[in-house]
Amino acid sequence: MSTQHEADWQGELAPGDERQGDSGASGGVRGYLLALALSVLLTAASFAVVGTKLLWAPGIPVALAVFAVAQMGVHLVFFLHINSGPDNTNNILALAFGILIVSIIISGSLWIMFHLNHNMMPMNKLTDLHLQH
Amino acid sequence: MFGKLSWSAIPLHEPIPLITCMVIVAIIFGTLLLVLLKGWAPYLWKEWITSVDHKRVGVMYFLLGFIMLLRGFSDAIMMRSQLAVAYNAPGYLPPDHYDQIFSAHGTIMIFFVAMPFVIGLMNFVVPLQIGSRDVAFPTLNSVSLWLTASGVLLVNLSLGIGEFSRAGWLAYPPLSELSFSPGVGVDYYLWSLQISGIGTLLSGVNLVTTILKLRAPGMALSRMPVFSWTALASNLLIVAAFPILTATFAMLLLDRYLDFHFFTNELGGNPMMYINLIWAWGHPEVYILILPCFGVFSEVISTFSSKPLFGYRSMVMATMVICVLSFMVWLHHFFTMGAGADVNGFFGIMTMIIAVPTGVKVFNWLFTMYGGRIRFTTPILWAVGFMVTFVIGGITGVLMAVPPADFILHNSLFLIAHFHNVIIGGVVFGAFAGYTYWFPKVFGFKLHEGWGKAAFWFWFFGFYVAFMPLYVLGGMGMTRRMQHYDVAAWKPYLVVAALGAVLILCGIVCHIAQLVVSIRSRHRLADLTGDPWDGRTLEWITTSPPPVFNFAVLPNVKGEEAYWGMKQKALAAGQLAEEPIYEDIEVPRNTPTGFVTAFFSTITGFALIWHIWWLVCLGLLGAFLTFVRFAWRNEDEYRIPASEVARLDRERRRTRSAVIASGSIE
Amino acid sequence: MSTIASELPGFDPHRLGHRGDGPDPADHGPAPKRIVVGYGFWIFLLSDFVMFSGFFAAYAVLSTSTAGGPSGRDLFDLHNVAIETACLLASSFACGMASIAVEERKALPAQLWLAVTAVLGLAFLILEVKEFLALIAAGNDPQHSAFLSSFFTLVGCHGLHVSAGVLWLLTMMAQLFSKGFAPNLLRRFRCFSLFWHALDIIWVAVFTVVYLIGVTQ
Repeated sequence: MSTQHEADWQGELAPGDERQGDSGASGGVRGYLLALALSVLLTAASFAVVGTKLLWAPGIPVALAVFAVAQMGVHLVFFLHINSGPDNTNNILALAFGILIVSIIISGSLWIMFHLNHNMMPMNKLTDLHLQH
Repeated sequence: MFGKLSWSAIPLHEPIPLITCMVIVAIIFGTLLLVLLKGWAPYLWKEWITSVDHKRVGVMYFLLGFIMLLRGFSDAIMMRSQLAVAYNAPGYLPPDHYDQIFSAHGTIMIFFVAMPFVIGLMNFVVPLQIGSRDVAFPTLNSVSLWLTASGVLLVNLSLGIGEFSRAGWLAYPPLSELSFSPGVGVDYYLWSLQISGIGTLLSGVNLVTTILKLRAPGMALSRMPVFSWTALASNLLIVAAFPILTATFAMLLLDRYLDFHFFTNELGGNPMMYINLIWAWGHPEVYILILPCFGVFSEVISTFSSKPLFGYRSMVMATMVICVLSFMVWLHHFFTMGAGADVNGFFGIMTMIIAVPTGVKVFNWLFTMYGGRIRFTTPILWAVGFMVTFVIGGITGVLMAVPPADFILHNSLFLIAHFHNVIIGGVVFGAFAGYTYWFPKVFGFKLHEGWGKAAFWFWFFGFYVAFMPLYVLGGMGMTRRMQHYDVAAWKPYLVVAALGAVLILCGIVCHIAQLVVSIRSRHRLADLTGDPWDGRTLEWITTSPPPVFNFAVLPNVKGEEAYWGMKQKALAAGQLAEEPIYEDIEVPRNTPTGFVTAFFSTITGFALIWHIWWLVCLGLLGAFLTFVRFAWRNEDEYRIPASEVARLDRERRRTRSAVIASGSIE
Repeated sequence: MSTIASELPGFDPHRLGHRGDGPDPADHGPAPKRIVVGYGFWIFLLSDFVMFSGFFAAYAVLSTSTAGGPSGRDLFDLHNVAIETACLLASSFACGMASIAVEERKALPAQLWLAVTAVLGLAFLILEVKEFLALIAAGNDPQHSAFLSSFFTLVGCHGLHVSAGVLWLLTMMAQLFSKGFAPNLLRRFRCFSLFWHALDIIWVAVFTVVYLIGVTQ
């Protein structure tokens, strides 16, 4: 592979690549330290939310989901170096496709199975009923 | 010591499997003996079995698919003949055996015929079409192939050692749970599909990366041939769907091996969850199969109509829309399971919507042919046959997308007729169109036209004779998977359907005859120019068969239909473009890694099926050591010197120049 | 060959197929191996996420099917989970440090940080196995209910991935020791760090969905 050819591809990053000479927040040791700090903070917040009785109970899962998504974002940006830069377009597109599929499978399964359980009594309930007679 | 395995696993008391096994074993040993006696073994080992060349891997995939087509078809003709005679009679196949046959037929036809056909075509064509020297990970490609072969081997072992699944091609629980299927049949099914599924997934990763990262200079996505686009969509679907299958089968395996309760009737297990998950894979799967075939037809129709494809952009859009929508329709496979009106309504409407981009494609093909100068060769016959047949199948599909209609037609022979209509009319016709179209590129000579046309007409009419009666039978209330029946009115239709299967058999015989005749007259049918059909895409620029490095110099793509543009320029100038500067080319070394990995995975799979735990450990250890051995090697490429590249390419340029000088490509 | 209109370059009777004859797009031909390998592995990781989504979906659907047995509320020990999380997080950080050392081609720091990564990964595994064994010893084995089956499978599948990662890591350390920073090893190392960080992302989903939401319900 000629050096000229490599030069043509300077504008493209492999997933996990750090940008060359990156002095931004996500670069080097500082970046990893920041990531660690943020992750610890978010994890601690998640565990704290569960432990506390100050919060309105139905709000807890929402808070947990927010913290989890935030932490996944921190991991993606600081540890996997996937960010919104133009050199990352392909990696982001692939990720977006993956997220789309994952959310379709999980939400679709839940929706479908909720309906099925609602309409078709699950087997264990059926046997429970049977035992009651 | 040997787990559940004992001599009683060999079906000595059942004549049909026993004789089949003996014939197969005789054929295998005969072939091996011939290979050894003729001294072909070293050639096969060095040039094919250990090959990591995407072209050879593609050819082996296709060959695997064709051999399995014979196996799957023999199951089909047994079912049709059984039903033709089983009116008020037991027929000649006992229910126990009949259930294994229909399970094996479905499993083999989808996983080991249709999948190898389309993956083989994509493997061979895509790198050539996008102007690449190979796929992104050549060794991984060989691993994928051999893992698929390993799955094939396990499925066929079930013929002679033990039994196959009786639970249908998707092994629905609770029937496939240990309490209802205590034998090894379902285990054969699960492990062979797990192993070949990993191969398919890796092959998907490989081709996605190839298409997105290894295109020739100037080959922007907006210029990529439609076949490569459909291959991209199909492989994205593989990457997104096959992991679901792996997870679902893993859960069923845990149920069967460790007494877990995912899908059982007791302790909170929910069989409906399996059906939900398996179809979340299953529906994308049908688009994994059909999309590359849409690509084949696009190439074939454009080439043989001597016109650019009508509506290139709409074709690409339609492909990608199908790619995403195919993940939003899976519930239509189980409308009757008991979801509410909201859910059924949503998925019914999504199913109707997904027919729209497919319709766009059909119109694009028609408009491509309109006003074209059509050459009626075998590939375009398959394409036209496809358009007629597929539209009928599509219409019956949209009919069943209406949930109330599906409540009547579900599980009837109407459904069977519908999906054979789209799979035979779409995937099988597509595979044969692609086979005839690219054969000269693969081997350097065309296939015999007469036998090819005969094969087409037998398949075409055979299909209609075999499956139109099934629509009627479905309407009359005959359900699928019946071993015998007592309704007199069904019998004539079933006899006609059996005759149709015989017609298809004639088609298959014609294929074999075509291959034999073509090999014999290969000098007369030789393709010297590398461009036998007056093609438009990059694969036709190189020689037939292409050199191991595909292109002496990577083509520089200027616009759509890259090769067509270059060809017209050369024809106008009366000569080829100036000779390029040749450089050394690095080519990946052949390696037995794939074959050895598959060897160990077969052993592991077999040991798991029969609960031979020490052999499982041994097989896994062997696979790990193979990986380490592969990771440790120093040299994975060898260099073809510029002088050799130049010699080969000058030869190609000489023949091309002669053609250009005579003013015509054909 | 007589020239007919349809064979002229750029012939487009219906003005529909755009000919792509515009300015050359910024396309540089095949990417260098570093990018190809990284991207391929990224695609594989995404497929792994999809596989996990299958297990997550099964867990979400079956988590209430306790068949009269214990639910997550009765079983989960958040203390243990917090320590596991800390191990994985620290291990991810160590892996990041290792990748800096590898980029700078410093063999000793690289080996040390990799060893820290592996040790923390093993610590996580030991904690998980202990948790599983304790559950089984108390009679809450995966054969007990659909909820327990799906819990053991989801968490165990993540654990299997971590085990595979440790095995991969040890093999790579041996290779680094015997052969130094070979280009293929560098590529493989990048893939490994992607894998390791991705497992952390999965773990975030696991501890949130399984443990934290489990004890609140």
